[in-house]
Amino acid sequence: MLPDLPELDVSGGLNFKETELTLGLPGEIGRGTSSFIQITAGSSSAKLTGTKRGFSQAAMDLNLGRSFYVEHDGSCCEQSESENEDLSVAKPPAAKAQIVGWPPVRAFRRNVMTKSCNLVKVSMDGAPYLRKVDLEMYDSYQQLLSALEDMFSCPTIPYTYPTRNYLDEKKLMDPTSGVEYVPTYEDKDGDLMLVGDVPWKMFVESCKRLRLIKGSEAIGQLHAPRTPQPSAASCTST
Amino acid sequence: MNYFPDEVLEHVFDFVASHRDRNAVSLVCRLWHRVERLSRQRVFVGNCYALSPQILIARFPGLKSLTLKGKPHFADFNLVPHDWGGYVQPWIEALSNSRIGLEELRLKRMVVSDESLELLSRSFANFKSLVLVSCEGFTTVGLAAIAANCRFLRELDLQENEIDDHSGHWLSCFPDSCTSLISLNFACLKGEINLAALERLVARSPNLRSLRLNRAVPLETLQNILMRAPQLVDLGTGSYVHDPDSETYNKLKHTILKCKSIRNLSGFLEVAPRCLPAIYPICLNLTSLNLSYAAGIHGSELVKLIRHCAKLQRLWILDCIGDKGLEVVASTCKELQELRVFPSDPFGVGHAAVTENGLVAISVGCPKLHSLLYFCQQMTNAALIAVAKNCPNFIRFRLCILDPTKPDPVTMQPLDNGFGAIVQSCKRLRRLSLSGLLTDWVFLYIGMYAEQLEMLSVAFAGDSDKGMLYVLNGCKKLRKLEIRDSPFGNKALLTDVGKYETMRSLWMSSCEVTLGGCKTLAKEMPRLNVEIINEHDQMEIGSDEQRVEKMYLYRTLVGPRKDAPEFVWTL
Repeated sequence: MLPDLPELDVSGGLNFKETELTLGLPGEIGRGTSSFIQITAGSSSAKLTGTKRGFSQAAMDLNLGRSFYVEHDGSCCEQSESENEDLSVAKPPAAKAQIVGWPPVRAFRRNVMTKSCNLVKVSMDGAPYLRKVDLEMYDSYQQLLSALEDMFSCPTIPYTYPTRNYLDEKKLMDPTSGVEYVPTYEDKDGDLMLVGDVPWKMFVESCKRLRLIKGSEAIGQLHAPRTPQPSAASCTST
Repeated sequence: MNYFPDEVLEHVFDFVASHRDRNAVSLVCRLWHRVERLSRQRVFVGNCYALSPQILIARFPGLKSLTLKGKPHFADFNLVPHDWGGYVQPWIEALSNSRIGLEELRLKRMVVSDESLELLSRSFANFKSLVLVSCEGFTTVGLAAIAANCRFLRELDLQENEIDDHSGHWLSCFPDSCTSLISLNFACLKGEINLAALERLVARSPNLRSLRLNRAVPLETLQNILMRAPQLVDLGTGSYVHDPDSETYNKLKHTILKCKSIRNLSGFLEVAPRCLPAIYPICLNLTSLNLSYAAGIHGSELVKLIRHCAKLQRLWILDCIGDKGLEVVASTCKELQELRVFPSDPFGVGHAAVTENGLVAISVGCPKLHSLLYFCQQMTNAALIAVAKNCPNFIRFRLCILDPTKPDPVTMQPLDNGFGAIVQSCKRLRRLSLSGLLTDWVFLYIGMYAEQLEMLSVAFAGDSDKGMLYVLNGCKKLRKLEIRDSPFGNKALLTDVGKYETMRSLWMSSCEVTLGGCKTLAKEMPRLNVEIINEHDQMEIGSDEQRVEKMYLYRTLVGPRKDAPEFVWTL
């Protein structure tokens, strides 16, 4: 156990010689620049006197055993001890109240960083894993759908509903199976919406997640509420 | 030295450039003081409330370049309320009413209004250079005035300011006769820009060396600009997004080959990673690279880019580079002197953060490193000790562990020994920021070893008043001390009150200092302004036993300031 810190005598100055001898475990430390290296060699069992705020104990509780962390989308997940073993980096104690002004990042930078990236998950019916895209990277539906086409390796077929609004409805087709996918998204309210109805910027604001739905299922989910068109019926039968 | 005519002294003083040296010169004797002050052209004022514009003007009639700093450093992190102060208006008014021929104004953390900018633009015929860092309060209307009225403008440099964007019209306000621009940086503007006006401006500025664009400037325009300005030394890209198979991108690739002078590269606020290969040819000669806003470049693309940058001296990056990426930096950038690793997700749980391993790798590979800002997930004493051994040349060492009271995760010990090794080994250390679990011991070490330390930032550290006292007593060159959320109280504050007149300022927030303690200090030291910021109970004075939320004290020649808002109370 390290001795109590010396009292400070302002008029005489700190007696450094005295303190230098007491740095670290007795018998281990020589003077000179290597003193700190020697301290850690044997200090794993040394414990400093507890701090006022008892953080060392709290920190131990937080780093061992279960820890909770918060996903980007706000859901709270529990991580078990066995998962922790695989990680070379200890997961930080999570779900803390955010401290004002911490971490010390300039407000300007903080604002830019939190706004600049709008990553949303993209799922495709039948695909084994999801992808993520950054909606801020694109300026239009066309660009987004081209990127999705790249990602899921299926060409885009432009598809026009004669009675539709200004925007062509896009579908994606998987060339090997001939299955078509309709791009849809989940908005802030959790509703499933067809991609393309609202202006691009509005879409970026409200889109939380993208889903590429298999054509046959899309008919049931999206087209039913609308007034059926004779041409629509023939088109969707393919 | 009376036998030298003044002109000779003046000529000798011309070679004395740094502010500190000139300040020292002026203290030698009255004659030197007079010659020095009459010949001084550049003045640095670290705290705008330490003196008045009138004092400045009276002492330095030959003033040409003025640097002013306003709000305390912790204002960067939203710890200082919005209307605290730091207005430049009285300075510009006073200067414009005088005979000072101001040519350069550099402001940091000050409140600048459009009115101020307008007055500035009209008052000084030879005005050449305006640099605003972390300022606020103005809009593009003020910028338009600068553009329109400063006929010989050479430099307009806007760094990380909060600017209200009313329109991109301000760029068009540079008259056709303005051909003197050397440096233009508007990267922090959020809105649209008149692209045609920008291209024309670049075309008529043959001396343009530094150009930093904002997000609204697309790749096509960048291509056109680089065609006209292949002599650029410093480039900040705007939106770096395009189809890599396009004609425009192809053109860019060829144009960039002509830009052999680019040494500084930044920007990439928006980036399509597949377009990065176009810049590989520039990377070979880069000495400075700032990718700290380039959230769109990660993983293998980032590493590939860095592998091209063997001559890098300064690198600003996001922590998504990871420890492995830092190992690549360490093996590639042997000339590295300054490294800043920013958190890509300041509020998140840091999936892609860096740890002590990345820092140790850097210290092994880059022995010339002297400036560090490192946001990390965790740190160990062993790592800090290794870094201290490998890099004894640190001048600035700022470590920020995202969990502010996290101990060494391997030993569960506080990080006192690690930081102790840093201050012991780095004898030229001037600036230090601490984080992690820390006791009074770290302050003992700092007081003992950090002889050149000028600025110390402390958060959530220490056990008792002793900690703060070790620092105040030991660090003879201390100029700025800022402390938050640490258990230092009146005893620490009041033991050596004379110390504060040797320092620029002291900030203490969420500590144990009470109103009574501050009052005592203010009474004993009339040449200090002791400001209390109480946002919650503005008019309630409360008892002396009450803890003070935020205290900011600084030495001053001019007493309590008259522009303090309601929630700031100068004792």
